[in-house]
Amino acid sequence: MGAGRLYAAVAAGGFRRYATYRAATLAGVFTNTVFGLILVYTYLALWDERPHLGGYDSAQAVTFVWLGQAFLSTLALGGGGVEDELMERIRTGDIAVDLYRPADLQLWWLSADLGRAVFQLVGRGVVPFLFGVLCFPAALPADPATWLAFAGTLPPAMLVSFGIRYLVALSAFWLLDGAGVVQMAWLAGFFCSGMLLPLNVFPGVLGETVRALPWSSLLQAPADVLLGHADPLGTYAFQGAWAAALLAAGRLVQSLATRRVVVQGG
Amino acid sequence: MADPVDATGPAVRAGLTRTEQRGRLREGLRAYRLIAGMWIRSTMAYRTSFALTTLGNFVASALDFVAILLMFSRVDALGGYRLPEVAFLYGLSTLSFGLADLAIGSMDRLGRRVRDGTLDTLLVRPAPVLAQVAADRFALRRLGRVTQGLLVTGYALAGLDLHWTPLKLLLMPVMALSGGGIFCAVFVAGAAFQFAAQDASEVQNAFTYGGTTLLQYPPTVFATELVRGVTYVLPLAFVNWLPAAYVLGRPYPLGLPGWTAFASPLVAMVCCALAGVAWRAGLRSYRSTGS
Repeated sequence: MGAGRLYAAVAAGGFRRYATYRAATLAGVFTNTVFGLILVYTYLALWDERPHLGGYDSAQAVTFVWLGQAFLSTLALGGGGVEDELMERIRTGDIAVDLYRPADLQLWWLSADLGRAVFQLVGRGVVPFLFGVLCFPAALPADPATWLAFAGTLPPAMLVSFGIRYLVALSAFWLLDGAGVVQMAWLAGFFCSGMLLPLNVFPGVLGETVRALPWSSLLQAPADVLLGHADPLGTYAFQGAWAAALLAAGRLVQSLATRRVVVQGG
Repeated sequence: MADPVDATGPAVRAGLTRTEQRGRLREGLRAYRLIAGMWIRSTMAYRTSFALTTLGNFVASALDFVAILLMFSRVDALGGYRLPEVAFLYGLSTLSFGLADLAIGSMDRLGRRVRDGTLDTLLVRPAPVLAQVAADRFALRRLGRVTQGLLVTGYALAGLDLHWTPLKLLLMPVMALSGGGIFCAVFVAGAAFQFAAQDASEVQNAFTYGGTTLLQYPPTVFATELVRGVTYVLPLAFVNWLPAAYVLGRPYPLGLPGWTAFASPLVAMVCCALAGVAWRAGLRSYRSTGS
């Protein structure tokens, strides 16, 4: 009971922390809108050349672009989640303070990241999405049930996103400077989530492989549910399985890592 | 070099100012060279890290081209342009932007310096602030993007079936350098803007990274208003779209006349001059945090 309140407070803190920087949020909204604008024209040209590419029509491709811009910061697809701070704390040794807290390390950072994600969705995601679907011919579901099913894909997507980034951050226990791992994770995420190009456009075996990887839970899976291309229950099961596996792996690595920590005196 | 203007009155004053300006430019370049050199030495202390981050820079830049290759795995043309033509646009856009990013790409850190007050340190040093900010954290790893742009340009040239003339060959390095100049102006103007909107440094990305992404695709892909905007308002079209129209023998965007393909150096100079004015205005409006 008390623990639940603690993590809710941490999440609320994460939300408020990002909500403080209004100018930065506005700048982000502007930048995401500009990038969406550029991408949407390239996608329209692509679908104009080859209608029904990957099973989408051009209106669905437009929706996909703007959903991507809405999710970019929410799911930290371009980096910028709590992992930067966590890695810095591991590097400087401040992590020792976190380990002394009467709270679980993974749940603490998960709560902080969920608070951040919810703010980024509301503060940075909604406006570019609305701008995009109002200014371009976009496909949106008419029935509330599909919207509800789509909303259901968001929490597991946030869990998968955190699960990946938590593992990335914990690598700092071994590497100290995790800049290289962060960059690799960013590249993999961008490529495999659908941010670069919808995964159903990828040819052959490459397409099948990227669709089975955890990153497809982030953008491709929610988009497919919104566009009526995927069964919601199957999607939840896929996302849930990856979330569980990644969080369990995070817990395992965390226990290995905390056994290694040597706090320097001095 | 002797100045032929050697009269009395206003000419002397103008001459003096010009000498002063030239001295200031030389001083700025010298400061830039020294600071950049220092950062290169500091980078070279960790050679493995340098190699890996340069590779990372290369791969991150290549990702956009992978997207184009994936698109062309499903279609034969995009906006009426075939793969080697798009690759040509991509290569020169990336090369131009890469050069600007290498030279002064760290300028987007200015907002942070304004916020935490460390800009004050630069103001009291006896060197032009612009040179100091531009060379700050000079990142040699950004050669990764330049290399990637060069490679894609080479790939495009191998695939293009063009009738080459000396003028076309000469136009390519001119494009890369003037394009770099135009992007430098965008970086400087963006930094000037950060004096006013410290937290909003991300806005700059829309014009720098957004600009290079836009130019990687043919102008025929985009709406006319957007093309008009990046021609007349923010003249990014002069980076590669217009000169490339001449090299590739394609219709000019917006039906512009043929000479516009050769206007890039002039446009770059005007852009840099305007960015310089914006920078001075920004710097004048600077107020220290006082902490």
